[in-house]
Parts: sequence; structure tokens; C-alpha cells
Amino acid sequence: MSEGALLSFESVHAVYGKKIRALKGVSLEVRAGEIVALIGNNGAGKTTLMKTASGLMVPESGRVLFEGRDLAGLAPHRVSRLGLCLVPEGRRIFPRLTVMENLEMGAYARAGAPELAREFDHVLTLFPVLGRRRGQLAGTLSGGEQQMLAMGRALMSAPKLLMLDEPSMGLAPVVVDVIFDIIARVNKEGVTILLVEQNARRALKAAARAYVLETGEIAASGEAARLLGDASVQKAYLGL
Amino acid sequence: MLAQQIVNGLSLGAIYALIALGYTLVYGILAMINFAHSEVLMMGSFAALGAAALAPSMFGTGVLALAGLFAASMLAAGALNATIERLAYRPLRRHSRLTPLISAIGVSIILQNAVFLWVSDQSLAFPQPLSGDAFTLPGGAQISALQALTLAAALALMVLLHLFVEKTRMGRAMRACADDLEAAGLMGVDADVVIAVTFFVGGALGGAAGVLYSMSYGSTKYNLGFLPGAKAFTAAVLGGIGNVRGAVLGGFLLGFLEVLSAGYIPNGAQWRDVIAFSVLILVLLARPSGLLGERVAEKV
Ligand SMILES: Nc1ncnc2c1ncn2[C@@H]1O[C@H](COP(=O)(O)OP(=O)(O)O)[C@@H](O)[C@H]1O
Ligand SMILES: [Mg+2]
Repeated sequence: MSEGALLSFESVHAVYGKKIRALKGVSLEVRAGEIVALIGNNGAGKTTLMKTASGLMVPESGRVLFEGRDLAGLAPHRVSRLGLCLVPEGRRIFPRLTVMENLEMGAYARAGAPELAREFDHVLTLFPVLGRRRGQLAGTLSGGEQQMLAMGRALMSAPKLLMLDEPSMGLAPVVVDVIFDIIARVNKEGVTILLVEQNARRALKAAARAYVLETGEIAASGEAARLLGDASVQKAYLGL
Repeated sequence: MLAQQIVNGLSLGAIYALIALGYTLVYGILAMINFAHSEVLMMGSFAALGAAALAPSMFGTGVLALAGLFAASMLAAGALNATIERLAYRPLRRHSRLTPLISAIGVSIILQNAVFLWVSDQSLAFPQPLSGDAFTLPGGAQISALQALTLAAALALMVLLHLFVEKTRMGRAMRACADDLEAAGLMGVDADVVIAVTFFVGGALGGAAGVLYSMSYGSTKYNLGFLPGAKAFTAAVLGGIGNVRGAVLGGFLLGFLEVLSAGYIPNGAQWRDVIAFSVLILVLLARPSGLLGERVAEKV
């Protein structure tokens, strides 16, 4: 693996139970400052890969390194405190907590840090709607607002690398535009991003590099622009 | 007369409510019924008795004796509940939902038998630190010193619990874990710590109830926890298990139901449990998730 990778997978295998082999020797890396897209069909193993990185799932073999440190044996709350934060599939906001309390939960491990107030302001500037809804129970938000809250909550942990699992799923096109704008903006501010998307075209346009996952294996990888023009990728994922 | 029944119902209900909170707090986070909770409150009452044996002044009357009994029972019950979680439930957390239930029943039987075999199989006299007479309330109802203490203690503990759950960082983490344990972990919350605190708090509330309940009988026994535990569990389900307000509401409702059936129905004293549980079944038939409970699907 090259120097300077923020996150790297080294031939990672992951299984559910004994039989379902969801990742079969995946190697990839995400370098500091990049947006990397991970595309692939339903069931390819994208969510599994992110669960493995975040400590929700333990790899059967292989290593996951963050800033050169082996994450083996670290529970999710430890991984998140290192600065590797997952915005999970389906958003998973806390429905019976208010919007503000959800954001405070994002900053849970940093309570009392002096820069927190600035962080709140920053998240509320990125997502003004969250400020207007601050006292509302998060479960009453619309799908798009919940996605924004999930991202805002993750940003409150001041992550170095943000993993987004299907952030545009089920959202109206205008909201998808907002989400992708924010992704670009957050990345410019220095947050590295690993993006899983069903909307492959959108993801490849946003990313610098990408990996294509097929039934648990990396089938292609490279510059996102090149993959966008690649005939087999176009055929399989872009509907051309 | 009604005013008297209300006083009696409130003070009985307050004890059920305190115990029900312990069931509901744990259920809220782990979706698990802590069947050992009734033994936790029994052990709390024995811890208070043990403390009194070491410091005989606690058998006297007065605020200090009272505070000593509560402190001993609440600390012991809280610590015991957290220890049970650590040893008997946590290792099974990733297994099927049935496994920790069996473990809880096992712990409950072990604790009862341990007290039965090693402490006593008889009722043991419990300290009676209250000396005052009953007051007569406007309206003519009498409230005994113990009833007044029960209401005041339960109210104070409920207010403290409310402030803890709603206003502190740990309380917020508890609510977040109750909403989504895995997502809370992703936000940097160490779920094991939050769960341990939850068991401690629930156990301590049970310990307070154990003291009040033992004082009302003037004694404690190895099986002291069984009946109030079963009833408080019922109260928690009645209110909507997992819901803190529901546990309080369910506790008081059950207290009233019992007292009113004993007071107004011929031979009601013998029938009070039958009547109370029949009402429970009727409520659950109409509202399977309890009075204030959310749809069960939301939890799983
Ligand atoms: N909890 C689970 N238990 C068993 N199998 C699972 C589980 N989650 C996912 N799988 C299986 O693992 C494979 C990869 O799934 P997933 O990582 O969710 O794919 P993707 O996110 O790319 O759609 C699929 O075959 C899926 O059926
Ligand atoms: Mg997925």
C-alpha cells in the first residue's frame, strides 16, 4: 500500500454466518483529501465494506488500516473517535431526540471541546433547515431533512474521513442536488469522503477516483472520469 | 370512602411505579425483560437490613436511620443490577433475544435460593425508622407517615430521573441508545457504559422501592420481590414497556385498581389481583403496545 493512504483495505474477507461471503479479498485505499466513489449493484457488498471499516463487522481475514493503524478489535465507538465516521444506510437518526440533540450526539465524544460552538454554527450554515427545525423531534423530519441531519450529526464529530452509504436513496432530485453540493463543499473544507451510491453517474461525477464492486470483489478501479467513459462500466452501471 | 382510597392507591402505585421504571429503562435500551429485577429489589432490602445490623442506630428512628436504609439499599441494588448485566446478560447480547431472558430467570432463582439457604428462610424484622402519627388531610382521609414518605420519596426520585434522562449528557446518550444502539455506537457512544448506567439507575430505583415495601410489611423475606415485581412488570406493560411516563402511569393505575377493587367490590380484597390483571388483559387486547407505548415495529 502506498504512503499517505488515510484508509486502506488489504485483502479483506467478510462473511455473514458461515456461508454468505460478502467481501472476497477486497483491497482499496482512500487518500487524504479525496472523494472516492464505490459503486456496484445491490448486494455487491458496499454496505458490508463500510460496516467493516466502521467496526460494526469484524473481517474474517485481511486488515483495515486507518492512518496506518490496524482497526482490528476496535468497537465502533473507538473507530468513530479516531475520526472515521459512517453515515449509515437508511440514515439512522435518533427519531425521538430533537434535531439539536441529534447534533449533540454527533459531538458526544467531544463534549466540552471549545470549538464545538463554531461547529454547530458551521453545520447549521451548511444545512439551514436544521436550524429552523432544531427543537423538533427528528422522527418528524422529511427524508431529505433526515439525510441532512445524519450528515450534520456526523460532521459534529469532526471526522477526518466521512463514509456515506447511499446518501441520495429515496430522495427527490432537488434534495439530491443539495446533498451532492454539500459533499463537494465539505470535501473542499478538508474532509475526505468515501461515497457509496446507487446513482453511479452522479457518484462518478462527484468523485476523483472510484472502485467498482461486483459480488464482493473489486472488478474495476481508477479515475472516476475514465470509468465514466469505460464501455463495460457504462453498460453495467450507467444504463448506456 | 373515596379520598382514603385515593391516598392508599397513590402510595401503593408509587411503589409499583418505582419498580416499573427499572423494567422499562432496561427494556427501552435492550428490548429485554430483566426478570431478575424483583430479586434485585429484594437484595436491596436485605442490604439495608445488613447495614442496619452493622450500624444498630439504623434500627432507631429519625432521618439519619432512614437515609442509611435508602443509601444501602439503592447502592447495593444498583451495583448488583449492573453486575448481573455484566456477568449474565452482556456475554449473551449478540445471541437470540430468548437467551438473556433465560439467563435472567436463572439469576432470579439463584438469588432467591442464595438468600433462602444462606441468610434465612423466614421473615426478618425490618427497621421502622418512622415514628410520626397519621395526618388527617382536608377531606378526611388519613395519610400515614409511611404513605407520606412513600409519595415524597417516589416523587423526588421520579423528578431526579426525569432531570437525569432529559438534561444530562449521559441521559441523552441513554435515549439515543434506546432509539438506535448501533447508531449511537457510530457516534462514539460506548454502549456498554450506557447500559451499565441504565442497569444501575433502574436497580437503585428498585432498591428504594424495596425499602418502602419492606417498611410497609415491617419485614423482609427471600421472596419479597416476587409479587411487587410481577405487578410492577404488569404496570410497565400496561403503560407501554420502554416508555418512562408509561411506567409511572401504569404503576399508579395498577395501585388504584387494586385499592378500588378491594374497597368497593364485595369480597374485593380477595379478588383485587384477579380484577387488576383482568383489566390489564382488557387494556392489552385493545392496545397491545400499552397505553403510552409506541408501535412495537418501531423498536425492532
Ligand atoms: N445481515 C446480513 N445477514 C446475512 N447476509 C447479509 C446481511 N447483510 C447483507 N447480507 C448479504 O451480503 C451481501 C452484500 O450485502 P451488502 O453489503 O448489503 O450489499 P450492498 O450494500 O452493496 O447492496 C448480499 O449478498 C447480502 O444479501
Ligand atoms: Mg447497501
